[in-house]
Amino acid sequence: MSDTNEDLRGILLEQVERLLTDRSSPNLLRATERGEWPAALWAEVEALGLPLALVPEAMGGVGLGWADAVAVWQVLGRHAAPLPLAESMAAAALLAAAGITPPAGLIALALPGEATAWGRQAGHVAAVQGGEVTLHAAADLTWQPGRSLIGREPADQAMLGEPLARGRVPAGWGADAGLLAGALLQAAKIAGALEAALDMTVDYAKTRKQFGRPIGGFQAVQQQLAVCAAEVAACGVAAAQAGRAADRRGLAGAEFRDRLGQGGGGRGSRDRCRHHPPGACRHRLHR
Amino acid sequence: MAGLRFDLRDTPEGAPALRAELRAFLAEAGKDWSPRVRAYSWMGFDRDFSREVGKRGWIGMTWPKAYGGQERTALERYVTLEEMLAVGAPVGAHWIGDRQSGPLILRLGTEEQRREFLPRIARGALAFAIGLSEPDSGSDLASLRTRAEKVPGGWRINGRKVWTTNAHLCDFMIALLRTSPITDPRQKHQGLSQFLVDCRLSGITIRPILDLVGEEGFNEITFDDVFVPDSMLVGQEGAGWEQATAELAFERSGPERYLSSLPLLTAALDDLRAEPAAPEAVGRLLARAGTLRQMSLAVAGMLQEGKTPAREAALVKDAGNDYEQALPERLREFFDPGRTPPEVQEMQGYMTMVARSYSLRGGTREILRGIIARQLGLR
Ligand SMILES: Cc1cc2nc3c(=O)[nH]c(=O)nc-3n(C[C@H](O)[C@H](O)[C@H](O)COP(=O)(O)OP(=O)(O)OC[C@H]3O[C@@H](n4cnc5c(N)ncnc54)[C@H](O)[C@@H]3O)c2cc1C
Repeated sequence: MSDTNEDLRGILLEQVERLLTDRSSPNLLRATERGEWPAALWAEVEALGLPLALVPEAMGGVGLGWADAVAVWQVLGRHAAPLPLAESMAAAALLAAAGITPPAGLIALALPGEATAWGRQAGHVAAVQGGEVTLHAAADLTWQPGRSLIGREPADQAMLGEPLARGRVPAGWGADAGLLAGALLQAAKIAGALEAALDMTVDYAKTRKQFGRPIGGFQAVQQQLAVCAAEVAACGVAAAQAGRAADRRGLAGAEFRDRLGQGGGGRGSRDRCRHHPPGACRHRLHR
Repeated sequence: MAGLRFDLRDTPEGAPALRAELRAFLAEAGKDWSPRVRAYSWMGFDRDFSREVGKRGWIGMTWPKAYGGQERTALERYVTLEEMLAVGAPVGAHWIGDRQSGPLILRLGTEEQRREFLPRIARGALAFAIGLSEPDSGSDLASLRTRAEKVPGGWRINGRKVWTTNAHLCDFMIALLRTSPITDPRQKHQGLSQFLVDCRLSGITIRPILDLVGEEGFNEITFDDVFVPDSMLVGQEGAGWEQATAELAFERSGPERYLSSLPLLTAALDDLRAEPAAPEAVGRLLARAGTLRQMSLAVAGMLQEGKTPAREAALVKDAGNDYEQALPERLREFFDPGRTPPEVQEMQGYMTMVARSYSLRGGTREILRGIIARQLGLR
């Protein structure tokens, strides 16, 4: 599906890139981490049709594939975009695959055992358990305070009640469709964040001076950054490849060919990109 | 973005059919290859095998038919290389000619050189060596001193090359030689030229060098007033450095830069089933191979489009070398002397020793990372 969408994907990527360059700032990121919902930014991504981008046209979406999504999510990661767009896109895709027409607005993605990012802010919640997908009105749910596993955005635990609709994803999506979609979107965002981290680190190495010269002039630093560049490239390729496999062979076919952040010899890229481990550089992403 | 981009490629339409042909051929040709033979991978040298490969049109696949090629795509060639490497076929007698010497002659050679050399390479009948490194010039290749002096009708060569893989078995080498003396060390890249040199010319002495494994795979070559005619100059006199660096994009970009030790994984699979912890490790190794493959394929695609992805090639080689170097050691943890078949252990032992060389041959790890750092704008 995605292979025919090259042009559309290109246009979309440009739009997302431009939007986030203009709107995604350290201040906004800090505000969201204090729990403020980035309403204006969300309105703009909705205006671009992004939340329903993965939904077939027959169900009111754009009909993009996972490979396209990976490319978009990589841009989100590069900008540390402070909004649950990737999750909402995946939730809509899972609903549509289960035969449920996805509603407009933010759909939070509830996966077993994890707090749901921006759950209280959502119009709806899509809960995925094994191959079963249920749609809930967020207002009908009771929420318990939770904590996001890796992000710092607000995340709460939903107590699911009787759903508005219930369906199953096709067998090719596998028994862990929700987790796979979640893994795919995190992989793509991490790959994007790593690109930004590499850029920032290289810039820093060119400007930070010690012993009278930029530290990037020291061969020891150059060699580490070269390794880092190889890992960053590999992460991007691994994520893109997983997206393509998901399109061609179903989500369950998206073997995650490379463990992100894990080099071949078992040394992690986190160690290698030591100037800015991805988890620690969200704020710097906006400098 | 400071880093490098690698766009996903697909192997070509006809790939499955080509693969099937190759597999059928390799199953038959390789039925007696022991794991130890497979462990040599592209360092293995077997003229009979290369001639059989040539007969089937799998050498010089992308070259024009007029020169013995098949006019197939670079990605079809890539599929062929993958299949050969996956089973550890002894491709050494045609590998260098197919990978770099042939393409160099095709690009920059005279019409006469093309007609003389390319069809024989494509038949698997002409083996090439790489004459770059010298005793005092390795990473700093441009400092090389073996010289070719102009004499009537040709050139007279004096000096020494070293580490020349399989030179004692090869017919020709492409040698990078100094044709004008270094007057200013900052200009050492100038005054170099490439020559086709027949390894059996009078004045050439090839002495084997014993390696760590106890074998004589590479050599020291002494040139003592060796005469080569004018017709053996490749490309332009004095442009040898640019020509040789473009050649490196071919030398460094192929799947052999991450697949050298893969045959060990294949050979060990059955044995590894007995180890409960092995599947996860094997899964990771295969996953990483999948990613490296996409990156390597991306470089092949760029070459096909006529680009010179020298930096991308350096990056894939560096990441690939790390991988192929780590693989034997990673698998060793799961081997059990009492259970693992002796021939698999032998293969593992050999690879553990030669794996050190993966990150030296074709440019050292440090030099490749320097090239990537240049891409990042740090040098
Ligand atoms: C198995 C094998 C096969 C080979 N086959 C051939 C062949 O067929 N033909 C041929 O011409 N050559 C061949 N070579 C030679 C190979 O290209 C050289 O070994 C390689 O280029 C390194 O040169 P060197 O050995 O002189 O090491 P040196 O250049 O002396 O390097 C020694 C060490 O110093 C490091 N170093 C050097 N300069 C720098 C720098 N600027 N910054 C940081 N570190 C540096 C290197 O990375 C290395 O670790 C082969 C080598 C091997 C191992």
